[in-house]
Amino acid sequence: MIPYRRYLRKLLLFLLTLPVFFFIFFPILWLFSASLSTQAELYSIPIHWIPQHPTLTNYLQIIFPSQAISSVPRAFAVAIWNSVKIASAVTVICILVGSLAAYALVRIPFKFNRSIQLGIIATRMIPEVSLILPLFIIASSLQLINKPVILIVAYMSFALPYAIWLMVAYFQTVPIELEDAARMDGCSRLGILFRIIMPVSVPGLVSTAMFVFLLAWDEFFYALIFTSTLASKTAPVAIAEFVGRYAVNITGMMAGGILAALPPIILAFIFQRYIVSGMTAGAVKG
Amino acid sequence: MRTMNKFLMGLLTTILVFSVVGCGAKKTGPVTIHILTMDQAGLKPAEIDQIARDFEAANPDIKVNMEYVGYDYVHDKIVTGMAATPPAYDAAMIDVIWPDEFIKNGYLLDVTSRVTADMKSGMFPASWNGVTRNGKIYGMPWLMDVKYFMYNKDMLQKAGISAPPKTWEDLVADATIIKQKGIAEFPIIWSWNQKEGVVCDFTALLFGNGGAFLDASGAPVFNNDKGVQILTWMKQTLDAGLSNPSSVSSDENAVEADFLAGKSAFAVNWLFQYSDSQDASKSQIVGQAAFAPMPVFAAGAAAGIVSASVDGSSSFAIMATTPYADQTWKFLTYLASNAVQTKYSAEMLPVWQSDFTGSALATLEAATPINPVTVPAFLAQFPYANERPTVPYYNEGSADLQLAIQQALTGVKSPKDALDAAAAAWVALAAK
Amino acid sequence: MPRRSSLSLRQQDARTAWLLVTPALVIILGVMLWPIVYTFILSFFNAPTGLNQVRTFIWLGNYIAMIKDPEFWDTIKRTLYFTIVSVVLEMAMGLGVAQLINSHPWGWKFLRFALIVPWAVPTIVNGAMWRWIYSADFGALNGLLMQFGLIKHYVPWLTFPNLAMPLVILADAWHTMPFVALILQAALAALPEELDEAAAVDGANAFQRFWSIRLPLLRPAILVALIARTVEAFRVFDIVYIITSGGPANSTLTITFFTYLNSFPWGKQGVGAALSFLISIFTISMALIFIRVLYRPEETQ
Repeated sequence: MIPYRRYLRKLLLFLLTLPVFFFIFFPILWLFSASLSTQAELYSIPIHWIPQHPTLTNYLQIIFPSQAISSVPRAFAVAIWNSVKIASAVTVICILVGSLAAYALVRIPFKFNRSIQLGIIATRMIPEVSLILPLFIIASSLQLINKPVILIVAYMSFALPYAIWLMVAYFQTVPIELEDAARMDGCSRLGILFRIIMPVSVPGLVSTAMFVFLLAWDEFFYALIFTSTLASKTAPVAIAEFVGRYAVNITGMMAGGILAALPPIILAFIFQRYIVSGMTAGAVKG
Repeated sequence: MRTMNKFLMGLLTTILVFSVVGCGAKKTGPVTIHILTMDQAGLKPAEIDQIARDFEAANPDIKVNMEYVGYDYVHDKIVTGMAATPPAYDAAMIDVIWPDEFIKNGYLLDVTSRVTADMKSGMFPASWNGVTRNGKIYGMPWLMDVKYFMYNKDMLQKAGISAPPKTWEDLVADATIIKQKGIAEFPIIWSWNQKEGVVCDFTALLFGNGGAFLDASGAPVFNNDKGVQILTWMKQTLDAGLSNPSSVSSDENAVEADFLAGKSAFAVNWLFQYSDSQDASKSQIVGQAAFAPMPVFAAGAAAGIVSASVDGSSSFAIMATTPYADQTWKFLTYLASNAVQTKYSAEMLPVWQSDFTGSALATLEAATPINPVTVPAFLAQFPYANERPTVPYYNEGSADLQLAIQQALTGVKSPKDALDAAAAAWVALAAK
Repeated sequence: MPRRSSLSLRQQDARTAWLLVTPALVIILGVMLWPIVYTFILSFFNAPTGLNQVRTFIWLGNYIAMIKDPEFWDTIKRTLYFTIVSVVLEMAMGLGVAQLINSHPWGWKFLRFALIVPWAVPTIVNGAMWRWIYSADFGALNGLLMQFGLIKHYVPWLTFPNLAMPLVILADAWHTMPFVALILQAALAALPEELDEAAAVDGANAFQRFWSIRLPLLRPAILVALIARTVEAFRVFDIVYIITSGGPANSTLTITFFTYLNSFPWGKQGVGAALSFLISIFTISMALIFIRVLYRPEETQ
């Protein structure tokens, strides 16, 4: 390509990214700006895009609970930590257990393969809203209400099928030549799985892990019903509480929202190398 | 192969651990009661926790575990909580519109025999309305609230209006003046979004017109002339630009936001709006808000109605299937006792009438900077708090009514058609 | 090789397969089986909430009542409207953004990372944030449009039944578009470059290369994203709950929210259970249709 045309093309593409950036960041930046305002300033007309009297009070109330006037910010740090624990546990188990199942479903043509796959997809079809009452009955008879374990188990019900499904799709893109070579050498199925497929699939596993983590992190309704003590609440439930019956701490909720979005973003940042690297190079050229 | 075996063993162990972890050990020792209450309603959680600790100190064999959730979610948590045996909660804070449904479901314990005459006469009679049905009492009063009519003194002064309106018709006249003078573009703001709030406003307006929800036989009459009149009136104020068009998507918090930003001259809301209006970090109209009795329609005034508002109280009720009824009642009695209530009277108005008379009244008014205003306002308005229909199908019926009002306000249906449809739905619900 | 060893190889394979699949099945069945059965059985009863309620067996009564109820069909129509518009929007935007990233403009790495942000925001925060943006008196949407001179007056967006749904769709699309974009971008990145270059040499322009070569190869990834998003969109609940609670005038009342209303505030659990299964039937059919229409084994080069 003629150099200046190439430059033009790059410029054009860059210009195209600008509206995308705007679309992605405008709401978030507004959220961030609101989290630095006082409630009075938030309600001002015309709108203050950047607060004229910025304050860190909203964040301070959450991070240093003793300063908080109401109890909601105080509980927030605990709630975030609970969410981290629960989402991590769900992710680890789903990847461990799900990857095994996904591999079998993709590579091994055994008798119930098709029906299991369909069954797994089918379980995702039932709205969570309807399963909550029987789940609650089981949970309370096992005395698991308000314990994080119950959320981990409940989330498994929709996270695991999701994870399996994503990993099935991923494993389908791993070329079979890799395995054929190993089989020729006399390797068993399990050997192939652990020594060849897994290492190559790390990026696929990591990106599935990201999806599952976000799914669990995001979940609201189950968390609401199953946990309400200060010690066991998750982040979405804590955020919902900034809206009380007779009061709303909107700036607090914005600050809480930013904080609640941070752990997944940080994780994505740490793991983005994995998510990207092998997907482009390893699977095809490996 | 060995590493793989280890891996599988690890996996199986994880699964086994799961199934085992579910079997919690049986607790022995002091009885623990679980109470569900609303966040941000009345006393702060830190204060209620302190009350619980004080109670535990005096009663070492009872431990109190309080849980706090937002108002929107309490109902769902009660319903799920009651599906378990023993129930997840021994007592819960219930809104004034839930007893009928909960009694029909068998959730609430009849505590008539436990209520002493002292309590009955000592607390505001109106506060027992929320928990008494067919002569039986099902709970302990806690937080009394009613919708107040608030206005912005400064705006009225600027418009040359010397006194707040006494009738809704006067309100329209005043609002028109304010709008014409450019003081406020939309002088009135309401919480008419598709939630319970719109029915609260509707209740105040309906009773202010001499109307009612149900007649003596329990059939809906809110779709008669009086009901249609007020719904038409609501729409007219929107069309005339007197009521803020965003009212149709606003809840009580949005109403407060609008009023506190100085954008409206009149706002109907619960008590919290006044305290927030005096808070400089939230309000731009500090010192400008004032109370007035909730207006009525001219027709209602002619029929002798002084004022009409809506009851929004909450109370504590004991769950019928709790194994710890006695201990729970003990705690609730403590919670509602005069001593505790007066101690925290700066945060929440006490339920005892004695606190509003004589020297106690003076102490109460002196407790916070805003009490000198809010206490008289409460005494003036609470006696005129009206109840929404005490029928077990209220939740679903209210949803039908909310839809009808919304349809009328957005012009989808005429007020008469919308209310008739809702009334027909109520009849069908009552028949089930 | 004698037949015997190939048979036992298959049996060995099957045994390995079961070994690998069982943990997942144990967890899924262990958690879901009883609740699903319970709900299924409940759907055949008239089951009002409550402790001393009598549950009468009414066979298909709940299902028939729903199918006869015009409100049910209105809700389905609304949900389909939400699903179709939302999914089309997300797929189109996601594909566009994926292709954009894949062309490696300046800052493309940052763009790819930035996509995580809308997705990482919890749904409840997303709902609250957009509700605030759409706020009639203080919202950023009004502020922005006013500053660009596009409106003279603040508009109470969420009070119009016809506008409320598109606005909720926009809020949802903002949140979920990254999911589609990331899946498609990964698939695009895995496509061999040689094909593209060969086609360029043959004289195909950028658009032709995209449409006839890359798009078909993306089919598996598109299918995954499409099914996932369609099923999720049909079952949308959280965002409606937070932004509009089904209003104004029921214009954003989706089928899962309708199910929630029946099961919880209105206390009609039998009806709620029946609705759940009706929803499942809808979503399973949709997924099957997609698979039938779009799934083809590896496209040969």
